[in-house]
Amino acid sequence: MKVRQVSVFLENKKGRLYEVCKRLAEEEVNIRALSIAETADYGVLRLIVNDPGKAMRVMSEGGFTVSETEVIAVEVPDVPGGLFKVLAPLYDANVNIEYLYCFVEKSGESAIVVFRVEQLDEAIRALRDGGYTVMREEDVYRI
Amino acid sequence: MRCFNPVETLEGDRLDELKLERLRSTVDRLYERVPFYRDKLDAVEYRPGDIKSLKDLESLPFTTKDDLRDNYPFGLFAVPMRDIVRIHASSGTTGKSTVVGYTAGDIQVWADLVARTIVAAGGDRDDVVHVSYGYGLFTGGLGLHYGAEKLGATALPMSGGNTKRQVRMMVDFGSTILCCTPSYALNIAEVMREMGISRDSIKLKAAILGAEPWSDEMRRQIEEELRISAHDIYGLSEVVGPGVSIECEEKKGLHVFEDSFIPEIIDPGSGKVLPPGERGELVFTNINKEGLALIRYRTRDISRLFPEPCACGRTHTRMERVTGRTDDMLIIRGVNVFPSQVEIVLMQIPGLSPHYQLVVDRVENLDVLEVQVEMSAEVFSDEIKQLEVLEKRIRDEVQSYLGVGVKVRLMEPRSIQRSEGKAVRVIDKRKI
Repeated sequence: MKVRQVSVFLENKKGRLYEVCKRLAEEEVNIRALSIAETADYGVLRLIVNDPGKAMRVMSEGGFTVSETEVIAVEVPDVPGGLFKVLAPLYDANVNIEYLYCFVEKSGESAIVVFRVEQLDEAIRALRDGGYTVMREEDVYRI
Repeated sequence: MRCFNPVETLEGDRLDELKLERLRSTVDRLYERVPFYRDKLDAVEYRPGDIKSLKDLESLPFTTKDDLRDNYPFGLFAVPMRDIVRIHASSGTTGKSTVVGYTAGDIQVWADLVARTIVAAGGDRDDVVHVSYGYGLFTGGLGLHYGAEKLGATALPMSGGNTKRQVRMMVDFGSTILCCTPSYALNIAEVMREMGISRDSIKLKAAILGAEPWSDEMRRQIEEELRISAHDIYGLSEVVGPGVSIECEEKKGLHVFEDSFIPEIIDPGSGKVLPPGERGELVFTNINKEGLALIRYRTRDISRLFPEPCACGRTHTRMERVTGRTDDMLIIRGVNVFPSQVEIVLMQIPGLSPHYQLVVDRVENLDVLEVQVEMSAEVFSDEIKQLEVLEKRIRDEVQSYLGVGVKVRLMEPRSIQRSEGKAVRVIDKRKI
């Protein structure tokens, strides 16, 4: 139920994102979803890929600072209010969301929301109880 | 030209006689009273009375900052503690600070030296001397203060900080001579502008600026903005504090008060004395001090000496404005900073990479110190919040250790240049 997210530390300077993507491309790592959080001096690139272990290795060997974190991916209907509704069970369960990002599935019927929370198990339970499908790890990597 | 003390214009031969006599009695006294110097002098087979000419100074051993630290706190004092009336200590240096002690006589001599600097900057007893150097263990504040009083001028013990209040008092009390770091002088000018205080509402005529490196360009800027004459003052607590040398109205080097200190320029590698005019490490020997007198103290400051007579009439040799350091010490807003201190702090934060670099720049006339640290997997987080906590922790710990504000920048691994042998820890971008 928990999905492995690869995070990379990047200085805010020309060519760093390019370098990361180049290495992943060379090693045929496929990016499923990504988000970037940035400050004035640096950013953190967060990636969901088809092969997190390989991505970690490739990035480490390339001299990047990387870390692996567990996140949750939830399928929600791609309609107005979709995100709003999925937040309700988390709110009720007092789960604090550190950050999230979304992407649309190929079929276009549903969107996938990636949640980063402190209390993973509580979040999974709350979402399931709320009737949501928490995606299996291998399904996410295969999207 | 006016001088505070007639000794400033003593003819060359008579000045040399005075120096020789004082050198001989100082060295012999230290041999008698300070075990550290007795051992050092014994090692070069010195016997009391061996000094026959000023040239003999060259055969004596050097004293270093480490010697002061090794004898912390009072080991090098040449008088019993009951005769010491004042203690000062150096600002944030590596490990132990260097401690200096003064007898009542030393305080008088020092005040006389500083009074000479105020006169050299155009001051007299009618002046209001606005002292914005820090008061405390640092020699700057109290040094200038006693000099102003010795001269009979009015001392205004402002100390540093609260710039608006400094400006307000400058207006209300009619300050005529400002004593502070050059960067602070510019800061004051800027705050004056912001407060809408016109130049005509202050009576400032001169500034005695020191405790940090500065350039002629900066002098021009200060002189233009404040419409004053800016004079470079040099000193270090080990030797006495401010008042070792000062620029006269000619502003072609700083007169070293040779009746109290004998300056030498040496090759920092070989230790050999260099011919006049050549640049090297500045070395001082105290010849008019009781509490703590140092033989051939290596300052690590780079300068050169101009023995030619000065148009001002003072006969004492001039030294070039200090142009650099032989070690990696940085002077940030008057505070001494060694890269090794930053290293000590970084090493105490678990998981942090040992690779760091210090970048010094001058932004809007203030020194800015950036500590660049490489991000390691141990401390990396996917949450910006956590990274900001880390940044803040590094910043707070470095600041409280150094006593000077810093900016922290997290860097990618291997982005800090590695060098063969000695790491390049400091990039100084200040255009001085």
